[in-house]
Amino acid sequence: MPGDTSAFGLLLAGDPALLAIVRLSLAVSLSATALAAVIGIPLGAAVALTRFRGREGMIVFLNAMMGVPPVVIGLTVFLLLSRSGPLGSFGLLFTPQAMIVAQTIMVTPIIAALTRQTVEDLWAEYRDELTAMNVGPLRKIATLVWDARFSLVTTLLAGFGRAASEVGSIIIVGGNIEGFTRTMTTAIALETSKGDLSLAIGLGIVLIGIVVIINALAWVVRRAGEAYAG
Amino acid sequence: MHTRRSLFVAALGALLLSAPALAQDKSIVVASTTSTQDSGLFEYLLPIFKQKTGITVKVIAQGTGQALDTGRRGDADVVFVHAKSAELKFLSEGQGVKRYPVMYNDFVLIGPKSDPAHVKGMTDVAKAFQTIKDKKASFISRGDRSGTNIAELKLWKDAGIDIDKDKGPWYKAIGQGMGAALNTAQASGAYVLSDRGTWIHFKNKGDLEILVEGDKRMFNQYGVMLVNPAKHPNVKKDLGQQFIDWLISPEGQKVIANYKINGQQLFYPDATDPSA
Amino acid sequence: MRGVTILDRLSLTVGAGAPTVLIGPNGAGKTTALRLMAGLMAPTSGRITWGGRPDVPARRAIMFQKPAMLRRSAGGNLRYALNAAGIPRRDYAGRIHELLALVGLDGLERRPARRLSGGEQQRLALARALAGDPAVLLLDEPTASLDPAATKTIEDVIRAVAAKGAKVVMSTHDLGQARRLGGDIVLLHRGRLLETGPAATFFTSPQTEAARIFLAGDLLV
Repeated sequence: MPGDTSAFGLLLAGDPALLAIVRLSLAVSLSATALAAVIGIPLGAAVALTRFRGREGMIVFLNAMMGVPPVVIGLTVFLLLSRSGPLGSFGLLFTPQAMIVAQTIMVTPIIAALTRQTVEDLWAEYRDELTAMNVGPLRKIATLVWDARFSLVTTLLAGFGRAASEVGSIIIVGGNIEGFTRTMTTAIALETSKGDLSLAIGLGIVLIGIVVIINALAWVVRRAGEAYAG
Repeated sequence: MHTRRSLFVAALGALLLSAPALAQDKSIVVASTTSTQDSGLFEYLLPIFKQKTGITVKVIAQGTGQALDTGRRGDADVVFVHAKSAELKFLSEGQGVKRYPVMYNDFVLIGPKSDPAHVKGMTDVAKAFQTIKDKKASFISRGDRSGTNIAELKLWKDAGIDIDKDKGPWYKAIGQGMGAALNTAQASGAYVLSDRGTWIHFKNKGDLEILVEGDKRMFNQYGVMLVNPAKHPNVKKDLGQQFIDWLISPEGQKVIANYKINGQQLFYPDATDPSA
Repeated sequence: MRGVTILDRLSLTVGAGAPTVLIGPNGAGKTTALRLMAGLMAPTSGRITWGGRPDVPARRAIMFQKPAMLRRSAGGNLRYALNAAGIPRRDYAGRIHELLALVGLDGLERRPARRLSGGEQQRLALARALAGDPAVLLLDEPTASLDPAATKTIEDVIRAVAAKGAKVVMSTHDLGQARRLGGDIVLLHRGRLLETGPAATFFTSPQTEAARIFLAGDLLV
């Protein structure tokens, strides 16, 4: 389709600017999801398995944090990373790294809360066996996380889905700088404001397509995993 | 523990992937307005500047007020906005080094072709505003302290209207950028004040058209300032000044004049006009 | 559990030798007694001693009535138990082979444990309990809801384990199984010990009315 300037046409033609936007979106959201997993999975598992004062409060807090609007997280990170803020000296505001920080803060509670639920359910099933085998606390957490790995794939996806589709936090901390911090969602916001609705819709469809493909891949992995481990 | 280890590796890899962005240190952050971005001027102008100097200019497009605040916090090296009074205040606070006029375009009053308030063709913009208010015809205001918003508020004042007191349901302040305001006006058949550049570049015009233009009170002057390095040591003084110098140089001014959409010139360089 | 007395004044001495079999109607406290011995719960009052000493034998294992299969292969389940029991890693392969052969699951090492049949899962659970070569093996209804062939495999293993000197304490609903395996029989009812004695005499000449009623297949209320 020569001369086609819709997002599809550009993507099919391998338009470098559009590909860079797609690549940055994926890099930011995947990094944030991975970091959030490193923090959230052990945290969720620890909350599931330990009894401490304020545990109930912690669970309510994690569940509530799942619903915090991205724009509030964006504003908070913005104030922290601004040159006039406490972490301003790192010069991270308006960089992809700042967007990763914001999305990590957004996704961690989702992964932690869902992990807690998953691990707690599995723990109800495993409790007697592991206790009878005298398994120590750290190994217990590792066992449950490993054995829940296929459910946790879904959890990670939920986190990635939220990260990839949000615009509120990254447009504030990233600044939507062309070729540097412009992602699919911030580009959609920009094209809409320029009144270029067809390009905005095209980008939206590309975004949906990517999310569908990643979900389908994860589904295949999950089914293959279940066939293996039951 | 395989999961956690591989996740960690993935995270590290992803971070490294985005690290090259850090390496391009010959770059500056310019806080500018939605109108300069939405009009497409930067997309045209910055590649030319980059080719000439190797400097990458990262533009944060905000309303004029917000862009100046970004400069006040030290989060930008250069501010490039259009509201002279706000710019002079910025200077008087010691936040900016010096203001350079760069170019102007003008505001236009946009409205539906049906023109319910019958303002089309008026040459006195204050009278047009007065009529819209009297007829309680729908009007979309940016409401975001942008240069366009400041200009709009001044026009109400010129029309002898205290908009804070006289506004009603017909007056909607949406608190968003120029493009969003045009989209809203298009969707609700309302009047809206826009800069001409954004209007020409705007693709979702629907049945909107220019109703009032040409009044000298609708003049829209852009100025550029280096954020004061004495206040914000992280400001990239030399690169920022290089950008400003290029904008006001005969070459930069010519590039601005050459930016056209459908044969229409959007901005008129006036760096040599000391009163601008 | 608060306020409900599950086991009451249960004084039971389990001697070395052939398996001790706990019998009694549902709710008698068989499972609770086994869980107490496994150390999964502490008695509200009273104590449990091993060889007259309060320290717990290191090699003690329990197989539950409904064992949970770890979401791993059959071999993975055994490897996990071997690791938990502190068996040296270099011995895993040999031990896994040996355990699977013992319970008749040869060749199923790579099969996902949760995709095994009910009888195979029960046998894998038994093999897992045996991974650490326990001195005390506690079995809660090891063959409930299994077909005769699977039941026979498990009973053979229990006999073999007991013959090698491990102490087996098990519960069962199946009086025939109690007869086939039992060295000593313990009849529990409503958390109390009603009668205990060697299997040979318990079944032929029960000493209490309750035991007679229970053995006759009548309801013990």
